[in-house]
Amino acid sequence: MKNRLKVLRAERDWTQAQLANELEVSRQTVNAIEKGKFDPSLPLAFKAARLFELSIEEIFQDETAL
Amino acid sequence: MNKIKTNSNDWAANTARNTVRLGYWTGAWVLTMALANFGPRFIWEFNESLTIVAILINLAVGAGMIWANKRHLQGLDEMHQKIQLEAMALSLGVGLIVGLAYSNLDVTNIIAADAEISHLVILMGLTYLFGVINGLRKYR
Repeated sequence: MKNRLKVLRAERDWTQAQLANELEVSRQTVNAIEKGKFDPSLPLAFKAARLFELSIEEIFQDETAL
Repeated sequence: MNKIKTNSNDWAANTARNTVRLGYWTGAWVLTMALANFGPRFIWEFNESLTIVAILINLAVGAGMIWANKRHLQGLDEMHQKIQLEAMALSLGVGLIVGLAYSNLDVTNIIAADAEISHLVILMGLTYLFGVINGLRKYR
């Protein structure tokens, strides 16, 4: 699953640690999500969507979807 | 720089507290285990009542350690919970399969020495450690 987390974070000039604290996860987890190594659960994806005031689809994209 | 509001409930600090708590309980459990093991021989000369009390204390502290471990796991984020789950599954699987094979070797007298439970504990500990390190590397 692809995501725009890194771009959205950079636009707001937030560090991974700041975003991690806001999402209540570790910095390593934010890093793994940004790199596409770990797919977040639906509740965490909703949390990120609320934080960035976007829809989930605007942050996360299914790579298999055409 | 856009300001980001900080959660009053600091997740990282809470996780650190859970880890420290688990460390204290684990240390206490190891100490009570040593007391139950070596106390009869070196401190109270095999007094049965004292040995039973020491074993009961060890069990009680062990229950506390399980509770602390549960809280620690529940406090982790979802990625670290997944890493822990995979490591524990590996440790349990290897422990069960290799432990029973080891027992069979002993029962059938293929190995001369008795199968010791401590060997199984060491194997499970090392397998769990390997699983955690492997998981952390996988998601790095």
